[in-house]
Amino acid sequence: MIRTEEISFHIGTFELQRLSINIAKGEYFILLGPPGSGKTIFLECLCGLKKIKSGRLYIDGSDVTNIEPRARGIGYVPQDYALFPHLSVEQNIAFGLRTRGCKRKEMQSKIADTAELLEIRELLLRRIHGLSGGEKQRVALARALVLQPKVLLLDEPVCALDEVTRQEVCAQLLSIQRRLGLTTIHVSHNLEEAFTVADRAAILKAGVLQQIGSLDELVNKPSSNFVARFMRREKHILCKCDGPGKAEPDPPCENR
Amino acid sequence: MEIVLDTPVRGWRDRIFSAAAFFFVSVFVIFVLTLIITDIFYVDKKAVATVLTSKFIRHALWMSIWTSCATTLIALLFAIPMGYSLSRFRFPGRIIVDAIVDLPIVFPPLVAGLTLLVFFSQTALGRWIQNDLGLVFVFQPKGIVLCQFVTSASFAIRSAKTAFDDVDRRYENVALTLGCTQFASFRRVCLPLAKNGIIAGGILTWARAFGLFGPLMIFVGSFRNRTEVLSTTIFLEQSIGNLEVALAIALLLIFIALIAVTCIRLVGGSTLARL
Repeated sequence: MIRTEEISFHIGTFELQRLSINIAKGEYFILLGPPGSGKTIFLECLCGLKKIKSGRLYIDGSDVTNIEPRARGIGYVPQDYALFPHLSVEQNIAFGLRTRGCKRKEMQSKIADTAELLEIRELLLRRIHGLSGGEKQRVALARALVLQPKVLLLDEPVCALDEVTRQEVCAQLLSIQRRLGLTTIHVSHNLEEAFTVADRAAILKAGVLQQIGSLDELVNKPSSNFVARFMRREKHILCKCDGPGKAEPDPPCENR
Repeated sequence: MEIVLDTPVRGWRDRIFSAAAFFFVSVFVIFVLTLIITDIFYVDKKAVATVLTSKFIRHALWMSIWTSCATTLIALLFAIPMGYSLSRFRFPGRIIVDAIVDLPIVFPPLVAGLTLLVFFSQTALGRWIQNDLGLVFVFQPKGIVLCQFVTSASFAIRSAKTAFDDVDRRYENVALTLGCTQFASFRRVCLPLAKNGIIAGGILTWARAFGLFGPLMIFVGSFRNRTEVLSTTIFLEQSIGNLEVALAIALLLIFIALIAVTCIRLVGGSTLARL
Protein backbone atom coordinates (compact mmCIF):
# COMPACT_ATOMS: atom_id res chain seq x y z
CA MET A 1 0.00 0.00 0.00
CA ILE A 2 2.81 2.37 0.91
CA ARG A 3 6.15 1.61 -0.62
CA THR A 4 9.28 3.71 -0.55
CA GLU A 5 12.24 2.79 -2.69
CA GLU A 6 15.53 4.09 -1.42
CA ILE A 7 14.27 7.59 -0.76
CA SER A 8 16.86 10.16 0.25
CA PHE A 9 16.43 13.67 1.51
CA HIS A 10 18.76 16.08 3.19
CA ILE A 11 18.36 19.33 5.02
CA GLY A 12 21.32 21.09 6.60
CA THR A 13 23.56 18.40 8.03
CA PHE A 14 20.74 15.92 8.47
CA GLU A 15 20.28 13.24 5.89
CA LEU A 16 17.60 10.64 5.35
CA GLN A 17 19.49 7.81 3.75
CA ARG A 18 18.04 5.48 1.13
CA LEU A 19 14.98 4.48 3.09
CA SER A 20 13.04 1.50 1.77
CA ILE A 21 9.89 0.52 3.59
CA ASN A 22 6.97 -1.57 2.38
CA ILE A 23 3.71 -1.37 4.27
CA ALA A 24 0.83 -3.71 3.55
CA LYS A 25 -2.80 -2.68 3.11
CA GLY A 26 -4.61 -2.32 6.40
CA GLU A 27 -1.46 -2.46 8.44
CA TYR A 28 -0.87 -0.36 11.55
CA PHE A 29 2.78 0.52 11.21
CA ILE A 30 4.74 2.40 13.83
CA LEU A 31 7.92 4.28 13.11
CA LEU A 32 10.11 4.60 16.18
CA GLY A 33 13.24 6.55 16.86
CA PRO A 34 14.74 9.04 19.24
CA PRO A 35 14.00 12.74 18.70
CA GLY A 36 15.88 14.11 15.72
CA SER A 37 16.10 10.78 13.95
CA GLY A 38 14.13 12.02 10.92
CA LYS A 39 10.73 10.47 11.61
CA THR A 40 8.79 13.65 10.95
CA ILE A 41 10.82 14.38 7.83
CA PHE A 42 10.02 10.90 6.55
CA LEU A 43 6.29 11.55 7.02
CA GLU A 44 6.57 14.93 5.34
CA CYS A 45 8.29 13.26 2.40
CA LEU A 46 5.39 10.82 2.17
CA CYS A 47 2.94 13.74 2.26
CA GLY A 48 4.84 15.52 -0.46
CA LEU A 49 5.55 18.46 1.82
CA LYS A 50 9.25 17.85 1.26
CA LYS A 51 10.59 17.00 -2.16
CA ILE A 52 12.81 13.93 -1.98
CA LYS A 53 16.26 14.04 -3.54
CA SER A 54 16.20 10.56 -4.99
CA GLY A 55 14.20 7.34 -4.87
CA ARG A 56 10.55 6.62 -5.56
CA LEU A 57 7.35 6.69 -3.54
CA TYR A 58 4.30 4.52 -4.18
CA ILE A 59 0.92 4.83 -2.55
CA ASP A 60 -1.75 2.29 -3.45
CA GLY A 61 0.28 1.04 -6.37
CA SER A 62 0.73 4.35 -8.12
CA ASP A 63 3.90 6.36 -8.27
CA VAL A 64 3.33 9.58 -6.30
CA THR A 65 6.93 10.81 -6.26
CA ASN A 66 6.06 13.91 -8.25
CA ILE A 67 2.42 14.29 -7.22
CA GLU A 68 1.36 17.35 -5.20
CA PRO A 69 0.38 16.79 -1.56
CA ARG A 70 -3.28 17.51 -2.29
CA ALA A 71 -3.61 14.67 -4.78
CA ARG A 72 -1.86 11.91 -2.87
CA GLY A 73 -4.91 10.63 -1.03
CA ILE A 74 -3.32 10.87 2.38
CA GLY A 75 -4.68 11.95 5.71
CA TYR A 76 -2.04 13.78 7.70
CA VAL A 77 -2.20 14.69 11.37
CA PRO A 78 0.89 16.72 12.26
CA GLN A 79 2.41 16.96 15.69
CA ASP A 80 0.44 19.40 17.89
CA TYR A 81 -2.33 18.94 15.31
CA ALA A 82 -2.12 22.39 13.65
CA LEU A 83 -5.85 22.99 13.84
CA PHE A 84 -6.79 26.24 12.12
CA PRO A 85 -7.32 28.67 15.01
CA HIS A 86 -9.46 31.07 12.98
CA LEU A 87 -12.09 28.42 12.26
CA SER A 88 -14.52 26.53 14.47
CA VAL A 89 -14.26 22.78 15.00
CA GLU A 90 -16.90 22.16 12.36
CA GLN A 91 -15.20 24.48 9.85
CA ASN A 92 -11.90 22.75 10.53
CA ILE A 93 -13.42 19.38 9.71
CA ALA A 94 -15.19 20.83 6.68
CA PHE A 95 -11.99 22.46 5.40
CA GLY A 96 -10.91 19.67 3.06
CA LEU A 97 -14.45 18.99 1.85
CA ARG A 98 -14.91 22.64 0.98
CA THR A 99 -11.63 22.68 -0.91
CA ARG A 100 -12.88 19.82 -3.00
CA GLY A 101 -16.12 21.59 -3.78
CA CYS A 102 -18.29 19.17 -1.83
CA LYS A 103 -22.05 19.87 -1.87
CA ARG A 104 -23.53 21.21 1.35
CA LYS A 105 -25.83 18.27 2.05
CA GLU A 106 -23.13 15.72 1.41
CA MET A 107 -20.73 17.76 3.48
CA GLN A 108 -23.08 17.85 6.45
CA SER A 109 -23.71 14.13 6.40
CA LYS A 110 -19.99 13.37 6.11
CA ILE A 111 -19.16 15.69 9.00
CA ALA A 112 -21.91 14.12 11.09
CA ASP A 113 -20.65 10.60 10.35
CA THR A 114 -17.06 11.46 11.20
CA ALA A 115 -18.07 13.34 14.34
CA GLU A 116 -20.10 10.28 15.35
CA LEU A 117 -17.13 7.98 14.73
CA LEU A 118 -14.81 10.07 16.90
CA GLU A 119 -17.46 11.02 19.47
CA ILE A 120 -16.99 14.75 19.03
CA ARG A 121 -20.50 15.76 18.04
CA GLU A 122 -20.86 18.06 21.03
CA LEU A 123 -17.65 19.91 20.06
CA LEU A 124 -18.67 20.92 16.54
CA LEU A 125 -19.62 24.52 17.36
CA ARG A 126 -16.69 25.21 19.68
CA ARG A 127 -13.67 27.37 18.84
CA ILE A 128 -10.30 25.64 18.64
CA HIS A 129 -8.99 27.82 21.42
CA GLY A 130 -10.02 26.18 24.67
CA LEU A 131 -10.21 22.57 23.49
CA SER A 132 -8.30 20.08 25.62
CA GLY A 133 -5.38 18.13 24.17
CA GLY A 134 -7.42 14.97 23.68
CA GLU A 135 -10.24 16.91 22.02
CA LYS A 136 -7.85 18.64 19.66
CA GLN A 137 -6.37 15.28 18.75
CA ARG A 138 -9.75 13.88 17.81
CA VAL A 139 -10.73 16.98 15.85
CA ALA A 140 -7.47 16.80 13.89
CA LEU A 141 -8.12 13.14 13.20
CA ALA A 142 -11.66 13.93 12.06
CA ARG A 143 -10.35 16.63 9.72
CA ALA A 144 -8.13 14.04 8.04
CA LEU A 145 -10.58 11.13 8.09
CA VAL A 146 -13.56 13.00 6.67
CA LEU A 147 -11.82 12.98 3.28
CA GLN A 148 -11.63 9.17 3.35
CA PRO A 149 -7.90 8.99 2.72
CA LYS A 150 -6.20 5.85 1.49
CA VAL A 151 -3.52 6.08 4.14
CA LEU A 152 -3.32 7.84 7.47
CA LEU A 153 -0.10 9.46 8.64
CA LEU A 154 0.07 10.36 12.32
CA ASP A 155 2.99 12.39 13.64
CA GLU A 156 3.36 11.84 17.40
CA PRO A 157 -0.43 11.74 17.78
CA VAL A 158 -0.48 11.24 21.54
CA CYS A 159 2.80 12.84 22.53
CA ALA A 160 1.19 15.99 23.94
CA LEU A 161 -1.35 14.08 26.05
CA ASP A 162 -1.20 12.92 29.65
CA GLU A 163 -0.59 9.28 30.56
CA VAL A 164 -4.23 8.24 30.97
CA THR A 165 -5.55 10.01 27.89
CA ARG A 166 -2.66 8.59 25.92
CA GLN A 167 -3.76 5.03 26.65
CA GLU A 168 -7.36 5.82 25.76
CA VAL A 169 -6.47 7.58 22.53
CA CYS A 170 -4.14 4.79 21.43
CA ALA A 171 -6.89 2.25 21.97
CA GLN A 172 -9.31 4.45 20.05
CA LEU A 173 -6.84 4.95 17.20
CA LEU A 174 -6.42 1.21 16.87
CA SER A 175 -10.14 0.49 16.93
CA ILE A 176 -10.86 3.15 14.31
CA GLN A 177 -8.00 1.90 12.17
CA ARG A 178 -9.33 -1.64 12.35
CA ARG A 179 -12.88 -0.59 11.62
CA LEU A 180 -11.92 1.42 8.54
CA GLY A 181 -9.16 -0.99 7.51
CA LEU A 182 -6.98 2.06 7.05
CA THR A 183 -3.27 1.70 6.34
CA THR A 184 -1.64 3.76 9.04
CA ILE A 185 1.82 5.03 9.84
CA HIS A 186 2.19 6.27 13.37
CA VAL A 187 5.38 8.07 14.32
CA SER A 188 6.52 8.01 17.91
CA HIS A 189 9.50 8.00 20.21
CA ASN A 190 7.56 6.10 22.85
CA LEU A 191 7.89 2.35 23.10
CA GLU A 192 4.69 1.80 25.10
CA GLU A 193 2.62 3.18 22.25
CA ALA A 194 4.21 0.70 19.91
CA PHE A 195 3.18 -2.24 22.08
CA THR A 196 -0.37 -0.90 22.33
CA VAL A 197 -1.07 -0.35 18.66
CA ALA A 198 1.46 -1.65 16.19
CA ASP A 199 1.34 -4.59 13.82
CA ARG A 200 4.85 -3.91 12.69
CA ALA A 201 7.50 -1.37 13.51
CA ALA A 202 10.66 0.19 12.18
CA ILE A 203 13.42 1.92 14.07
CA LEU A 204 15.15 4.95 12.68
CA LYS A 205 18.36 6.51 13.92
CA ALA A 206 19.90 9.65 12.46
CA GLY A 207 18.13 9.14 9.15
CA VAL A 208 19.17 5.53 8.77
CA LEU A 209 16.73 2.66 9.05
CA GLN A 210 18.02 0.28 11.72
CA GLN A 211 15.54 -2.56 11.62
CA ILE A 212 12.06 -3.33 10.44
CA GLY A 213 9.83 -6.15 11.59
CA SER A 214 7.23 -7.28 14.11
CA LEU A 215 7.68 -6.13 17.69
CA ASP A 216 8.59 -9.68 18.63
CA GLU A 217 11.45 -9.66 16.19
CA LEU A 218 12.65 -6.27 17.36
CA VAL A 219 12.60 -7.40 20.97
CA ASN A 220 14.06 -10.83 20.55
CA LYS A 221 16.31 -10.47 17.54
CA PRO A 222 17.59 -6.91 17.56
CA SER A 223 20.01 -6.27 14.73
CA SER A 224 22.20 -3.90 16.69
CA ASN A 225 22.94 -2.62 20.16
CA PHE A 226 21.00 0.49 19.36
CA VAL A 227 17.83 -1.44 18.60
CA ALA A 228 18.29 -3.63 21.67
CA ARG A 229 18.67 -0.59 23.87
CA PHE A 230 15.74 1.15 22.26
CA MET A 231 13.59 -1.91 22.93
CA ARG A 232 14.76 -1.79 26.57
CA ARG A 233 16.81 -4.96 26.27
CA GLU A 234 19.84 -3.60 28.05
CA LYS A 235 21.14 -7.03 28.94
CA HIS A 236 21.05 -8.29 25.40
CA ILE A 237 24.47 -9.28 24.10
CA LEU A 238 24.93 -9.37 20.36
CA CYS A 239 27.28 -11.86 18.87
CA LYS A 240 29.02 -11.85 15.56
CA CYS A 241 29.54 -15.25 14.05
CA ASP A 242 32.47 -15.79 11.72
CA GLY A 243 31.96 -19.41 10.91
CA PRO A 244 31.23 -22.40 13.06
CA GLY A 245 32.27 -22.54 16.68
CA LYS A 246 33.66 -19.05 16.89
CA ALA A 247 31.41 -16.33 18.31
CA GLU A 248 32.69 -12.91 19.17
CA PRO A 249 30.52 -10.67 21.32
CA ASP A 250 29.95 -7.09 20.19
CA PRO A 251 30.88 -4.56 22.84
CA PRO A 252 27.98 -4.92 25.29
CA CYS A 253 25.50 -2.15 25.76
CA GLU A 254 26.33 0.27 28.47
CA ASN A 255 23.80 0.01 31.27
CA ARG A 256 21.90 3.15 31.94
CA MET B 1 2.42 52.79 42.16
CA GLU B 2 1.13 49.33 41.37
CA ILE B 3 1.98 48.47 37.78
CA VAL B 4 1.20 44.77 37.64
CA LEU B 5 -1.19 43.08 40.00
CA ASP B 6 0.75 39.92 40.74
CA THR B 7 4.09 41.48 41.59
CA PRO B 8 6.46 39.74 43.98
CA VAL B 9 7.19 41.16 47.42
CA ARG B 10 9.33 44.24 46.87
CA GLY B 11 12.03 45.98 48.85
CA TRP B 12 13.01 49.65 48.68
CA ARG B 13 15.51 49.01 45.86
CA ASP B 14 12.74 47.56 43.73
CA ARG B 15 10.56 50.56 44.45
CA ILE B 16 13.31 52.92 43.33
CA PHE B 17 13.73 50.89 40.17
CA SER B 18 10.08 51.02 39.22
CA ALA B 19 9.83 54.68 40.22
CA ALA B 20 12.77 55.51 37.97
CA ALA B 21 11.21 53.63 35.07
CA PHE B 22 7.90 55.32 35.65
CA PHE B 23 9.55 58.72 35.81
CA PHE B 24 10.33 58.52 32.10
CA VAL B 25 6.84 57.33 31.31
CA SER B 26 5.27 60.30 33.07
CA VAL B 27 7.66 62.87 31.61
CA PHE B 28 6.87 61.74 28.08
CA VAL B 29 3.13 61.45 28.53
CA ILE B 30 2.86 64.81 30.29
CA PHE B 31 4.96 66.47 27.59
CA VAL B 32 2.75 65.19 24.75
CA LEU B 33 -0.46 65.99 26.60
CA THR B 34 0.77 69.51 27.41
CA LEU B 35 1.44 70.15 23.73
CA ILE B 36 -2.05 69.07 22.73
CA ILE B 37 -3.68 71.02 25.57
CA THR B 38 -1.72 74.12 24.57
CA ASP B 39 -3.13 73.79 21.06
CA ILE B 40 -6.63 73.45 22.40
CA PHE B 41 -6.24 76.47 24.70
CA TYR B 42 -4.78 78.80 22.15
CA VAL B 43 -6.92 77.93 19.20
CA ASP B 44 -9.13 80.75 18.04
CA LYS B 45 -12.85 79.97 17.79
CA LYS B 46 -13.17 82.10 14.68
CA ALA B 47 -10.29 80.24 13.07
CA VAL B 48 -11.98 76.92 13.79
CA ALA B 49 -15.12 78.23 12.10
CA THR B 50 -13.04 79.36 9.13
CA VAL B 51 -11.39 75.98 8.87
CA LEU B 52 -14.66 74.12 9.04
CA THR B 53 -16.36 76.30 6.46
CA SER B 54 -13.58 77.27 4.11
CA LYS B 55 -13.85 75.66 0.72
CA PHE B 56 -10.18 75.28 -0.01
CA ILE B 57 -9.48 73.69 3.36
CA ARG B 58 -12.29 71.26 2.78
CA HIS B 59 -10.69 70.51 -0.54
CA ALA B 60 -7.33 69.98 1.14
CA LEU B 61 -8.92 67.69 3.71
CA TRP B 62 -10.58 65.72 0.96
CA MET B 63 -7.28 65.51 -0.92
CA SER B 64 -5.52 64.34 2.22
CA ILE B 65 -8.08 61.63 2.82
CA TRP B 66 -8.37 60.22 -0.67
CA THR B 67 -4.67 60.29 -1.49
CA SER B 68 -3.70 58.62 1.78
CA CYS B 69 -6.40 55.98 1.38
CA ALA B 70 -5.40 55.31 -2.23
CA THR B 71 -1.77 55.04 -1.12
CA THR B 72 -2.73 52.59 1.60
CA LEU B 73 -4.64 50.38 -0.82
CA ILE B 74 -1.81 50.35 -3.36
CA ALA B 75 0.70 49.74 -0.57
CA LEU B 76 -1.31 46.75 0.68
CA LEU B 77 -1.58 45.45 -2.86
CA PHE B 78 2.21 45.33 -2.91
CA ALA B 79 2.69 44.44 0.75
CA ILE B 80 0.70 41.21 0.80
CA PRO B 81 2.54 39.37 -1.99
CA MET B 82 5.86 40.97 -1.04
CA GLY B 83 5.53 40.20 2.65
CA TYR B 84 4.57 36.64 1.81
CA SER B 85 7.51 36.19 -0.56
CA LEU B 86 9.99 37.63 1.90
CA SER B 87 8.61 35.48 4.67
CA ARG B 88 8.26 32.18 2.81
CA PHE B 89 10.54 32.01 -0.19
CA ARG B 90 14.30 31.66 -0.05
CA PHE B 91 15.86 33.26 -3.10
CA PRO B 92 19.30 34.64 -3.87
CA GLY B 93 19.60 38.24 -2.78
CA ARG B 94 16.75 38.00 -0.30
CA ILE B 95 18.72 39.85 2.36
CA ILE B 96 19.43 42.69 -0.07
CA VAL B 97 15.77 42.89 -1.06
CA ASP B 98 14.89 42.95 2.62
CA ALA B 99 17.26 45.86 3.17
CA ILE B 100 15.88 47.76 0.16
CA VAL B 101 12.37 47.39 1.56
CA ASP B 102 13.52 49.09 4.76
CA LEU B 103 15.42 51.84 2.99
CA PRO B 104 12.50 54.28 2.55
CA ILE B 105 11.78 54.02 6.29
CA VAL B 106 15.31 55.05 7.08
CA PHE B 107 16.06 57.84 4.67
CA PRO B 108 14.51 61.28 5.21
CA PRO B 109 11.20 61.76 3.34
CA LEU B 110 12.61 64.91 1.72
CA VAL B 111 15.14 62.73 -0.07
CA ALA B 112 12.30 60.72 -1.59
CA GLY B 113 10.71 63.88 -2.97
CA LEU B 114 13.96 65.13 -4.39
CA THR B 115 14.76 61.76 -5.94
CA LEU B 116 11.34 61.55 -7.58
CA LEU B 117 11.69 65.07 -8.97
CA VAL B 118 15.11 64.32 -10.42
CA PHE B 119 13.90 61.05 -11.89
CA PHE B 120 10.88 62.52 -13.64
CA SER B 121 12.42 65.78 -14.80
CA GLN B 122 16.01 64.80 -15.58
CA THR B 123 16.18 61.18 -16.71
CA ALA B 124 15.16 59.91 -20.12
CA LEU B 125 13.00 57.17 -18.64
CA GLY B 126 11.19 59.63 -16.38
CA ARG B 127 10.55 62.03 -19.22
CA TRP B 128 9.35 59.18 -21.40
CA ILE B 129 6.81 58.14 -18.76
CA GLN B 130 5.57 61.71 -18.38
CA ASN B 131 5.61 62.90 -21.99
CA ASP B 132 5.04 59.83 -24.13
CA LEU B 133 3.13 57.60 -21.76
CA GLY B 134 1.12 60.57 -20.51
CA LEU B 135 1.46 59.65 -16.85
CA VAL B 136 2.19 63.06 -15.41
CA PHE B 137 3.14 63.07 -11.76
CA VAL B 138 5.03 66.30 -11.14
CA PHE B 139 2.74 68.99 -9.68
CA GLN B 140 -0.23 66.63 -10.04
CA PRO B 141 -2.50 64.92 -7.46
CA LYS B 142 -1.21 61.60 -8.81
CA GLY B 143 2.22 62.74 -7.66
CA ILE B 144 0.95 63.03 -4.09
CA VAL B 145 0.03 59.35 -4.12
CA LEU B 146 3.38 58.44 -5.64
CA CYS B 147 5.26 60.41 -3.00
CA GLN B 148 3.24 58.89 -0.20
CA PHE B 149 3.67 55.43 -1.65
CA VAL B 150 7.44 55.69 -1.87
CA THR B 151 7.80 56.95 1.66
CA SER B 152 5.23 54.79 3.43
CA ALA B 153 4.74 51.47 1.60
CA SER B 154 7.67 50.01 3.54
CA PHE B 155 5.63 50.05 6.72
CA ALA B 156 2.94 47.90 5.15
CA ILE B 157 5.45 45.50 3.61
CA ARG B 158 7.44 45.18 6.82
CA SER B 159 4.43 44.45 8.98
CA ALA B 160 2.94 42.08 6.41
CA LYS B 161 6.20 40.14 6.48
CA THR B 162 6.21 40.04 10.27
CA ALA B 163 2.59 38.91 10.24
CA PHE B 164 3.30 36.09 7.78
CA ASP B 165 6.38 35.09 9.78
CA ASP B 166 4.11 34.58 12.75
CA VAL B 167 1.87 32.15 10.88
CA ASP B 168 3.21 28.65 11.49
CA ARG B 169 4.22 26.88 8.31
CA ARG B 170 2.44 23.76 9.51
CA TYR B 171 -1.00 25.31 9.05
CA GLU B 172 -0.29 25.74 5.37
CA ASN B 173 1.25 22.29 5.12
CA VAL B 174 -1.86 20.69 6.55
CA ALA B 175 -3.99 22.72 4.17
CA LEU B 176 -1.94 21.34 1.29
CA THR B 177 -2.64 17.77 2.37
CA LEU B 178 -6.33 18.66 2.69
CA GLY B 179 -6.56 19.45 -0.99
CA CYS B 180 -5.42 23.06 -1.27
CA THR B 181 -3.11 24.45 -3.91
CA GLN B 182 -0.46 26.78 -2.53
CA PHE B 183 -2.59 29.76 -3.48
CA ALA B 184 -5.67 28.28 -1.82
CA SER B 185 -3.79 27.58 1.39
CA PHE B 186 -2.45 31.13 1.28
CA ARG B 187 -5.94 32.56 0.83
CA ARG B 188 -7.82 30.33 3.23
CA VAL B 189 -5.28 29.84 6.00
CA CYS B 190 -2.30 32.17 5.86
CA LEU B 191 -4.08 35.39 4.96
CA PRO B 192 -6.82 35.16 7.61
CA LEU B 193 -4.25 34.35 10.27
CA ALA B 194 -2.02 37.27 9.25
CA LYS B 195 -4.93 39.66 8.87
CA ASN B 196 -4.44 41.72 12.02
CA GLY B 197 -0.78 42.38 11.33
CA ILE B 198 -1.54 43.40 7.77
CA ILE B 199 -4.27 45.79 8.86
CA ALA B 200 -1.97 47.30 11.50
CA GLY B 201 0.64 47.84 8.78
CA GLY B 202 -2.00 49.47 6.61
CA ILE B 203 -2.88 51.89 9.39
CA LEU B 204 0.77 52.79 9.90
CA THR B 205 1.13 53.39 6.17
CA TRP B 206 -1.96 55.50 6.14
CA ALA B 207 -0.78 57.59 9.10
CA ARG B 208 2.57 58.27 7.49
CA ALA B 209 0.96 59.08 4.15
CA PHE B 210 -1.63 61.33 5.76
CA GLY B 211 0.92 63.46 7.57
CA LEU B 212 3.50 63.58 4.78
CA PHE B 213 4.75 67.07 4.01
CA GLY B 214 8.37 67.54 2.94
CA PRO B 215 8.56 65.58 -0.31
CA LEU B 216 5.16 66.93 -1.38
CA MET B 217 6.48 70.49 -1.25
CA ILE B 218 9.32 69.49 -3.56
CA PHE B 219 7.57 67.12 -5.93
CA VAL B 220 4.02 68.39 -6.31
CA GLY B 221 4.13 71.79 -4.64
CA SER B 222 1.12 73.16 -2.82
CA PHE B 223 -1.35 74.68 -5.23
CA ARG B 224 -4.58 75.76 -3.76
CA ASN B 225 -7.49 73.58 -4.84
CA ARG B 226 -5.17 71.27 -6.72
CA THR B 227 -2.28 69.64 -4.91
CA GLU B 228 -2.83 71.08 -1.50
CA VAL B 229 -3.22 68.65 1.38
CA LEU B 230 -3.78 69.46 5.05
CA SER B 231 -0.14 69.23 6.05
CA THR B 232 0.96 71.61 3.34
CA THR B 233 -1.96 73.91 4.16
CA ILE B 234 -0.62 74.30 7.69
CA PHE B 235 2.74 75.33 6.28
CA LEU B 236 1.20 77.79 3.83
CA GLU B 237 -1.07 79.40 6.40
CA GLN B 238 1.75 79.67 8.89
CA SER B 239 4.10 81.17 6.29
CA ILE B 240 1.67 83.98 5.50
CA GLY B 241 1.27 84.70 9.20
CA ASN B 242 -2.10 83.05 9.60
CA LEU B 243 -1.13 81.20 12.76
CA GLU B 244 -4.70 80.83 14.11
CA VAL B 245 -5.90 78.99 11.04
CA ALA B 246 -2.76 76.84 10.96
CA LEU B 247 -3.39 75.88 14.57
CA ALA B 248 -7.00 75.00 13.90
CA ILE B 249 -5.95 72.73 11.05
CA ALA B 250 -3.31 71.21 13.31
CA LEU B 251 -6.02 70.32 15.81
CA LEU B 252 -7.99 68.67 13.06
CA LEU B 253 -4.92 66.59 12.19
CA ILE B 254 -4.37 65.66 15.84
CA PHE B 255 -7.98 64.57 16.09
CA ILE B 256 -7.64 62.34 13.04
CA ALA B 257 -4.35 60.94 14.36
CA LEU B 258 -6.09 60.12 17.61
CA ILE B 259 -8.67 58.07 15.74
CA ALA B 260 -5.91 56.24 13.86
CA VAL B 261 -3.99 55.40 17.04
CA THR B 262 -7.14 54.09 18.66
CA CYS B 263 -7.84 51.92 15.63
CA ILE B 264 -4.32 50.45 15.80
CA ARG B 265 -4.83 49.54 19.43
CA LEU B 266 -8.15 47.94 18.64
CA VAL B 267 -6.96 45.95 15.66
CA GLY B 268 -3.49 44.71 16.32
CA GLY B 269 -1.71 46.25 19.26
CA SER B 270 0.43 43.22 19.92
CA THR B 271 1.57 42.86 16.34
CA LEU B 272 2.46 46.51 16.16
CA ALA B 273 4.44 46.42 19.36
CA ARG B 274 7.05 44.21 17.73
CA LEU B 275 7.71 46.29 14.62
